[in-house]
Amino acid sequence: MKFDTIIIGGGLSGLVCGIECARSGRRTAIVSAGQSALHFWSGSFEFLGSQGGKRIIEKPLYHAGSLDPSHPYRKIGIDRTAALLDRTVPLLAEAGIKAHGSLERNHYRMTPLGFTKPAWLTLDDYLAFGNLSDLEGKKAAVINIYSYIDFYPRFLEAGLRKLGAECTSADVNVPQLDILRQSTTEMRATNMSRFLRDDAVDALAREVEKASAGADMVVMPAVLGIFSDEPVARLRRGVSRPIYFVATTPASVPGVRCQLSLRDLFIRLGGQFMPGDTVTRGDFQGNRLRKIYTVNFGDIPLEADNFVISTGSFFGHGLIADLEKIYEPVFGLDIEAAPNRDDWYDKDFYAPQPYMGYGVVTDTHFRPRRHGETVDNLYATGALLSGFNALHEGSGAGITLATAFHAADQITKE
Amino acid sequence: MNLQEQNISDNNFESCIKCTICTVYCPVTAVNPDYPGPKQAGPDGERYRLKRPYFYDEALKYCLNCKRCEVACPNDVKIGDIIQAARIKYASHGPSLRDTMLANTDFMGQFATRLAPVVNFSLGLKPVKYLMDKVLRIDDHRTFPKYSGTRFESWFRKKAEAAQESFTKHVSYFHGCYVNYNYPQLGKDLVTVMNALGYGVRLLDREKCCGVAKIANRCIDEATRDGENNLRAIREAVGRGDEVLATSSTCCFTMRDEYPHLLHLDNHDVRDHIMLATLFIYRLLDEGKARIAFRKDYRKKIAYHTPCHMEKLGWTIFSTSLLQMIPGVDFIKLDSHCCGIAGTYGFKKENYAYSQGIGAPLFDQIRASGCDFVACDCETCKWQIEMSAGVPVLNPISVLADAIDIEETRRLNGVS
Repeated sequence: MKFDTIIIGGGLSGLVCGIECARSGRRTAIVSAGQSALHFWSGSFEFLGSQGGKRIIEKPLYHAGSLDPSHPYRKIGIDRTAALLDRTVPLLAEAGIKAHGSLERNHYRMTPLGFTKPAWLTLDDYLAFGNLSDLEGKKAAVINIYSYIDFYPRFLEAGLRKLGAECTSADVNVPQLDILRQSTTEMRATNMSRFLRDDAVDALAREVEKASAGADMVVMPAVLGIFSDEPVARLRRGVSRPIYFVATTPASVPGVRCQLSLRDLFIRLGGQFMPGDTVTRGDFQGNRLRKIYTVNFGDIPLEADNFVISTGSFFGHGLIADLEKIYEPVFGLDIEAAPNRDDWYDKDFYAPQPYMGYGVVTDTHFRPRRHGETVDNLYATGALLSGFNALHEGSGAGITLATAFHAADQITKE
Repeated sequence: MNLQEQNISDNNFESCIKCTICTVYCPVTAVNPDYPGPKQAGPDGERYRLKRPYFYDEALKYCLNCKRCEVACPNDVKIGDIIQAARIKYASHGPSLRDTMLANTDFMGQFATRLAPVVNFSLGLKPVKYLMDKVLRIDDHRTFPKYSGTRFESWFRKKAEAAQESFTKHVSYFHGCYVNYNYPQLGKDLVTVMNALGYGVRLLDREKCCGVAKIANRCIDEATRDGENNLRAIREAVGRGDEVLATSSTCCFTMRDEYPHLLHLDNHDVRDHIMLATLFIYRLLDEGKARIAFRKDYRKKIAYHTPCHMEKLGWTIFSTSLLQMIPGVDFIKLDSHCCGIAGTYGFKKENYAYSQGIGAPLFDQIRASGCDFVACDCETCKWQIEMSAGVPVLNPISVLADAIDIEETRRLNGVS
């Protein structure tokens, strides 16, 4: 089976790259082995959160200039990176996802555990503020759903108080959710979001309105709107105070929404999405990848002019660590990693862990190497790359998106 | 020695990281709160069951065995297999009379085809439906598929077999119970299409039901016997150089994957030779080994529905690509969404409402699509969609049989 472009990996990076390739009219396929890390999404994207010993930086684009030259942003070029990332908000909007933010200046988001973190983009409905002083003196009502097992309002309240907000808290319930309590394990955000629609949202709105009397704002776990904006809009219509959501896990509501919306946009643009399949190997001819083989297709090859590998880091199985080595399992691409297992870790758990910076070695165009030779028609994007510690520097989404746009541009402007 | 690999059981429940993503994509969780969800029913419950069988939960019977949890799992945990294997191993009582009747498609089919007019008439009668509902708990809203007066096998022996050996190339056809007892036309369509492409069709020696209904209803000894028989027949066909084609995604999936995973039948020597007819045909055309010509006057708006086991096989693209090759087709791909019937599941009174609830978004999308018909590779999806959305459903092979210019295709492939 022949395509123009095949992308291995159906997470944020693979989908965005796929959307851009399909939009250019190329016959594009995405092979996806299981659902992606986007399912744990906070509702915010980071570009650069901390750098040069500063835990929180305010001007990320300015600081990006002093990153190591091997960092993906520097390899692309800072101006070019900014131009690529400016395409994110319109692309999300096309998929039906509304977000805001700026590369010039970080804003702040709050985690469900009450920590304040810098962010580049945040979904319009989610708890975010431009300055740490914005919440001073505000009266926030933290509203939880009665018996919801994945949200702990006390942590969030403590975080809000630390920023000078006054907090009240309350549990609310609507009878339409009683059905979920029959099974003690199923009181989950994504399950609730299936039942919180139509009348159930109106009932929830009445309860939230009552429980937040006297407050300036309502903060709630993200438990509605998994398939559309309508339940959130309906809730807003029924509550006289602004409502801000905090995404919870496992399986976050905005994460599933974003994954499905991007996948649907890719399919609308003519892309072929192949879920639940795993690429097993590639056929190389000289420095070019000609074909790939998958579990489901058996001996039927998938051919393309260009390939993109966006399989993620350890979590996505883009990288595998066993007792002796770290390797890239699809093609055996060259890896940047310490050879000795003892050097993979820092014994201080909270220190930047070396293994998090490991990934495939690439040239200036993000083409990976195999047996020391660059593969001419293969591009690597996202968490699979080396040269950064996304967790420590708060740069995961920015790198994922910038390298995805960059790979798509190189393929479509050939 | 790799400790991490030594640590993993056959059903790899230890690989579960408790991310709960499977639950998001479970069609049952979305409608039935009595079902504990795939994570709890599968890998989480397995830890308890291994400790004490007492922890087995009868609510696992609500699992459709659609395998959408496995398609979604980021860690390749065999969640659906864990749940089905637990049902087989731990369920306290044997299958009921009703479940045994629903499971024995061969036995019922042989009986019913002999008396097809009487059976079809009776199954449509209100008092019969009422009695089946009250006594057997087979829901009276259900429309039973009609039985055929002539079995596909009988038709084939009488009308088609003699001509098949004149071909130089052959395939063997696993027709399944539905084609044999209910809808021989699909089998006839396959013979038409394969013959036009230059291939003679052979039947397997004494084919039995693939076993999916027996597995679902825990008639495991019978399913294993049927499976052993089918593998014998498949080995014989593969031995003479044939690929074994099926027109049902579920039969195909069962023989490839459920045989080793749930019945512990080793099929590794023939597994790659069991495939859907659409995959085989697509490959012939793609590799230039056969050519196809379509009628110029064929004009249809077709909506393709992806059966759950087709999603799991990962072969949707072969069927949809063939349909999209037809020049006069206005093609719509429906969202991949379970129709809710899951074989015999939706016939059971206790499941009927959930079955319809699961399929509701799909039925709405079909009705809104304005399609002439739905194309789909699964017969039970067909019953469900025809009954619930009121739109006819055709197997892609039947669509091809109608859309190709048979004379021209035969000529292109050197068939006289």
